[in-house]
Amino acid sequence: MVDYVGSRFEQILFASWQHFSLVVQCLVIATVLAIVVAALVYRSPALTTVANSVSAIGLTIPSFALIGLLIAPFGFGVAPAVIVVVFFAVLPILRNAVVGLTSVDRAIVESARGVGLSRFQTFRRIELPMAWPVILAGVRVSAQMVMGIAAITAYVLGPGLGGFIFTGLARLGGANALESVATGIIAVVILAMVLDLLLVGLGRLTIPRGIRV
Amino acid sequence: MSESMSVTPASAGATSLNPTAEITGASILLDKVSKRYPGQAGAAVDGLTMEIPAGKIVMLVGPSGCGKTTTLKMINRLIEPTEGRIVLDGDDVTGIDGDALRRRIGYVIQAGGLFPHMTVATNIAIVPKMLGWSKERVAARVDELLELVSLDPEQYRDRFPRELSGGQQQRVGVARALAADPPVLLMDEPFGAVDPITRVRLQDELISIQKELQKTIVCVTHDFDEAVKLGDWIAIFTEGAQLVQYDTPARILAEPANEFVENFIGAGAGLKQLTLTRVNEVALQPAVTASPGDLTSDVLSRLDQEGHDHAVVIDGRNRPLQWLSRRQLARLERIGDDRDPRLPLIGERATLNDALDIMLVSSVGAALVTGGRDSFRGVIDVETVMEAMSQAHARARTSHAEGRPVGINTGALTALPAPDDAPDDDRPLHAAGRGTAGE
Repeated sequence: MVDYVGSRFEQILFASWQHFSLVVQCLVIATVLAIVVAALVYRSPALTTVANSVSAIGLTIPSFALIGLLIAPFGFGVAPAVIVVVFFAVLPILRNAVVGLTSVDRAIVESARGVGLSRFQTFRRIELPMAWPVILAGVRVSAQMVMGIAAITAYVLGPGLGGFIFTGLARLGGANALESVATGIIAVVILAMVLDLLLVGLGRLTIPRGIRV
Repeated sequence: MSESMSVTPASAGATSLNPTAEITGASILLDKVSKRYPGQAGAAVDGLTMEIPAGKIVMLVGPSGCGKTTTLKMINRLIEPTEGRIVLDGDDVTGIDGDALRRRIGYVIQAGGLFPHMTVATNIAIVPKMLGWSKERVAARVDELLELVSLDPEQYRDRFPRELSGGQQQRVGVARALAADPPVLLMDEPFGAVDPITRVRLQDELISIQKELQKTIVCVTHDFDEAVKLGDWIAIFTEGAQLVQYDTPARILAEPANEFVENFIGAGAGLKQLTLTRVNEVALQPAVTASPGDLTSDVLSRLDQEGHDHAVVIDGRNRPLQWLSRRQLARLERIGDDRDPRLPLIGERATLNDALDIMLVSSVGAALVTGGRDSFRGVIDVETVMEAMSQAHARARTSHAEGRPVGINTGALTALPAPDDAPDDDRPLHAAGRGTAGE
């Protein structure tokens, strides 16, 4: 195992970096998308219910199946990988964003409107910052989840650590096959922990002191 | 036409009759304002015409669900009226941008409605910043306002709302509402969420702030006693924002318009009237005074001359020390200089209600009134209070409602003839509004 890692260290590092980069970029896109969708639906109880159902049902779709289906329209490579990772990343964030935005005290929103903040200013300066801790919790859940999903994108030749797992599994029993799979899994777990720590740090930096728990 | 005639003098009075005190408030006119919600049979507010004079505190009171809060929120158009016009300081603001309008009107809700993720300073600065004030001007204004609401800027500027008590949050809420120096302040049950002691203190502070600033304040409350204490005018509403009575506290207490108002005032209208008069507004009884070291025989003979039963012992700075009866004097040779801690003292700024309270527990049935630096002013007794009350009562009954602001519902059968959708009714009101703006 040590030999295996030692001989391919640069390759592993590069794949890890690609994996990490894929997840982080997809998370950024997913967070923006989730907030935009949440902003559009949170004031209507009917749309809120729809959004919650979509995020619940969406999570039941097997990621492997979805990525297979995307080969036909998008081919192989980065595009289907990004689409799948973003799709799954959006769901927990969307759910938390809707919950966070709807649970902002209406009296505070009313007093913001009352002192003359416009609808948009109220959202950006009052509701979003107050919902941010809940949204960020969703981002953390999402980050853990899509770390694993990103590995599956190797099936469509997407970037990242999935390659180690897939090639290892394909020649299971052969030389270094187990080492290859183990390397992929362990690296994914380590990356997930690193990203979670970074997100905790992001929370420290971005959650206002007045509403920090 | 009677409507237009009473609008004009009140609007004029608000701007020109009081040139010495600087009124920074603006008059408000609700002109046949209605609010109907889809799917509801009755209107939440039905054809309400109400004038709110500049620089006064107008209290909107009534049972829950009577439409008083809806009425308040239509002034800054947080709730858009279905019909009617809102005229602020002579300008029709029904059609202008609602956000711009609200930046010109302070707004305070129960518990302050502070933004929990912003510091006290940021909360207060939010409107001035939107209006594009410079950083220095905003910072100076924040400190000035914190001092106005009795919070030390050094200590509280950088705190978050959750680090403040309920009363302090409410104070910051008032400071935030006043930040951009708006002519009008709207308050929605502002003191509903604080304990009774803090509430009294906040009410007193609001009164003193208002004395200084002379804003136009419209305040919703369900507490009639609060309305009596704070209001220059009280508007009593019943369901559908039907205005039952719109008058001064004294006149509402002395002459409730109907049974509904009587019930709403509740028991003890007479006692509530006591809170409207202050000790220094009534004629105090003189007293025989003595100083420590005086011979009691001299004091007793002076009591005989004046026909009094008690003598007040005062010190060199005119502060009352003891209050001695004939019997107590007879036991002494010379008057001592010790201070009686149980002396029934009342400040001259206190209300008759407080004075009566002191009197009832004092053994004499009267109280000593003190003024500045605790100096002795005179004696107040139950008869004085009774007389003041009957005078105030008579005054309230006979006084004509001069300068009384207009308040009617178009649908209501009030003493005032309701204008039956006469189209020419719009013109005088509009003219009155323009007149105010032109002055």
